[in-house]
Amino acid sequence: TRKQGDEELLVYEDTMFVRGLKRKCFDGEEDIEGTLAGIKAIPSYNLQRQSLLDMSLVKLQLCHMLVEPNLCRSVLIANTVRQIQEEMTQDGTWQMINMQSTGQASVDRLVSTDILCRSSREQAEGKHVPGYSTFSKDFEGDQAQDSSETMSTASSVQALRNLQSNVWEMENPQENKGNFQKSLDQIFETLENKSPNSVEDLFSEVDNSYYDLDTMLTGMMSNTKMGHCDGLEPFPSPTTTTSSSNCKSDLNELDHIVEILVES
Amino acid sequence: MKCFPCQFSNAVKSAQSSTSALMSVSVFEQADIISTVEFNHSGELLATGDKGGRVVIFQQEQENKTQSHSRGEYNVYSTFQSHEPEFDYLKSLEIEEKINKIRWLPQKNAAQFLLSTNDKTIKLWKISERDKRPEGYNLKEEDGRYRDPTTVTTLRVPVFRPMDLMVEASPRRIFANAHTYHINSISINSDYETYLSADDLRINLWHLEITDRSFSIFCVALCGVAALYCSEFNSGVFCAGKIPAYLSKCLRYSFAVFEEPEDPSNRSFFSEIISSISDVKFSHSGRYMMTRDYLSVKIWDLNMENRPVETYQVHEYLRSKLCSLYENDCIFDKFECCWNGSDSIVMTGSYNNFFRMFDRNTKRDVTLEASRENNKPRTVLKPRKVCASGKRKKDEISVDSLDFNKKILHTAWHPKENIIAVATTNNLYIFQDKMN
Repeated sequence: TRKQGDEELLVYEDTMFVRGLKRKCFDGEEDIEGTLAGIKAIPSYNLQRQSLLDMSLVKLQLCHMLVEPNLCRSVLIANTVRQIQEEMTQDGTWQMINMQSTGQASVDRLVSTDILCRSSREQAEGKHVPGYSTFSKDFEGDQAQDSSETMSTASSVQALRNLQSNVWEMENPQENKGNFQKSLDQIFETLENKSPNSVEDLFSEVDNSYYDLDTMLTGMMSNTKMGHCDGLEPFPSPTTTTSSSNCKSDLNELDHIVEILVES
Repeated sequence: MKCFPCQFSNAVKSAQSSTSALMSVSVFEQADIISTVEFNHSGELLATGDKGGRVVIFQQEQENKTQSHSRGEYNVYSTFQSHEPEFDYLKSLEIEEKINKIRWLPQKNAAQFLLSTNDKTIKLWKISERDKRPEGYNLKEEDGRYRDPTTVTTLRVPVFRPMDLMVEASPRRIFANAHTYHINSISINSDYETYLSADDLRINLWHLEITDRSFSIFCVALCGVAALYCSEFNSGVFCAGKIPAYLSKCLRYSFAVFEEPEDPSNRSFFSEIISSISDVKFSHSGRYMMTRDYLSVKIWDLNMENRPVETYQVHEYLRSKLCSLYENDCIFDKFECCWNGSDSIVMTGSYNNFFRMFDRNTKRDVTLEASRENNKPRTVLKPRKVCASGKRKKDEISVDSLDFNKKILHTAWHPKENIIAVATTNNLYIFQDKMN
């Protein structure tokens, strides 16, 4: 039996990301629930770019579904992430160490992105993350409160740091950045260096490293080592039942998050 | 199935007055989301596949001599369950039963054959008619029970008596376990003995008689092979992919890459996604190829690889909305496109149940809508217009009020006549050209 989506999808007033131009907030302004002091700040390009990055990471995370994910879609989203990362590297905003923003405000922002990046193990244990219920507010606050490029850069940088630290539980932030970068490079390198396999390989490979592409970027990897990505084979499969059952149990939470993001 | 025969005015005003101007329509409400639509080679049969793994075949009525102004209408001919949902125990994943593609084989005898595929398995179905049955057995009663031989005193010859037409579908071949990723297209070769199936990374060559093995032609990081074709006019396999860069590194065979240089002024984070090809169709003449990407339809001359010969914008007003469309995943929608029988008009779908036709000769285009509310019986099929920005004129629709849940992904054009099949989410619309 079919389910017909009854709600009309909201189409936001937004524009293409054109570098250097400041545009109206692309998120619905009706959700601002008093987190603003009456000022509607215009998110900067960096902030929009950061949102796009966050959105892409959520999408990759959601690729773990009951039905086998779509390879093409995953690669397109991963490429979007890479483009953003490349641009941020050129900008100099992809710096981890010195951009430390302190204070309660930044912690809230951290929390909001932290939800997306919690490892599946933590979620399975039912850890309560403070501020989860105010996720949407924090997200809005994130966009509204930032008025300077530096601040927004710091938040995005912190978010990414957070992402890595959840994934790999590394203590050295410098290592984090390098490893994250390395993993991303590895992922895209292996995608480009595919070599045709023989016919026998068709049915003999059982490899879950493709799914590591997603987990690497989104932090849902549980037990695999960081960088376990060499020689990506074209036959991925999540063979560990733990990861898939975790994914399924995460689905409701992630649905909730996506609902908030998409506001549908 | 409900069927509403109607008559409409054709909004495609052709320069030639001899072409017909009216279109009539049937609407079939289906139980599940339609996932593919395909006419057979003669156009007499129209097959649809849906998300529930069902195939519904419509047959065109024989032309009524008294009603010379309209062609035969389509009615349901056969319905069968092609694919069932499966569970891959190794990967702990469900395999959807949704039919991704249907391809008809040319008719060789009384029976019809088609290939239908879901994400993993291709099946060859035989559809045959039975309109007679034998009656008058000596040893069996009419209901099938065996008679006591001692009671048989006379012998008679069983005769065939007419019965109500029964259309039976039976699976003749099952081609399984050859694709790791989702099968997105199948294409029957011009020898009608072999066919190709493709997923995002691999193209397999099958023989219709052999189910336990296939040959892997490519193993490439194409990602999103939209269609493949083996035409009698062009030797070789044509496949459309997402990233020509990957194509060039991985293909072992000589190939041609059809790629237009990117317009730097339009570059954004979404450029790659929207340039990803969602469908490829070859013209009936074999000389041209049409590709559909997210915002446009491009016609390529197969002898010229560096740029398309024609480009038609389907819904350019969406370019400024790409971020939202990325957010709600609409940017990944795979629209199909099709040629008319004479290759003069191309058609593709859009959102809000709109579909677009482009006349290659006159360079005119039209936007039409497939919806029950706007297509009442005997009303004119009005051309629609989307207002991109600024003041909205009367009867125009602004971009912000488009319904992105209502998308027309699948369209098909009768191989010979001006009859089109347009699938909205759950409804199949058949529009016909009314003869003058």
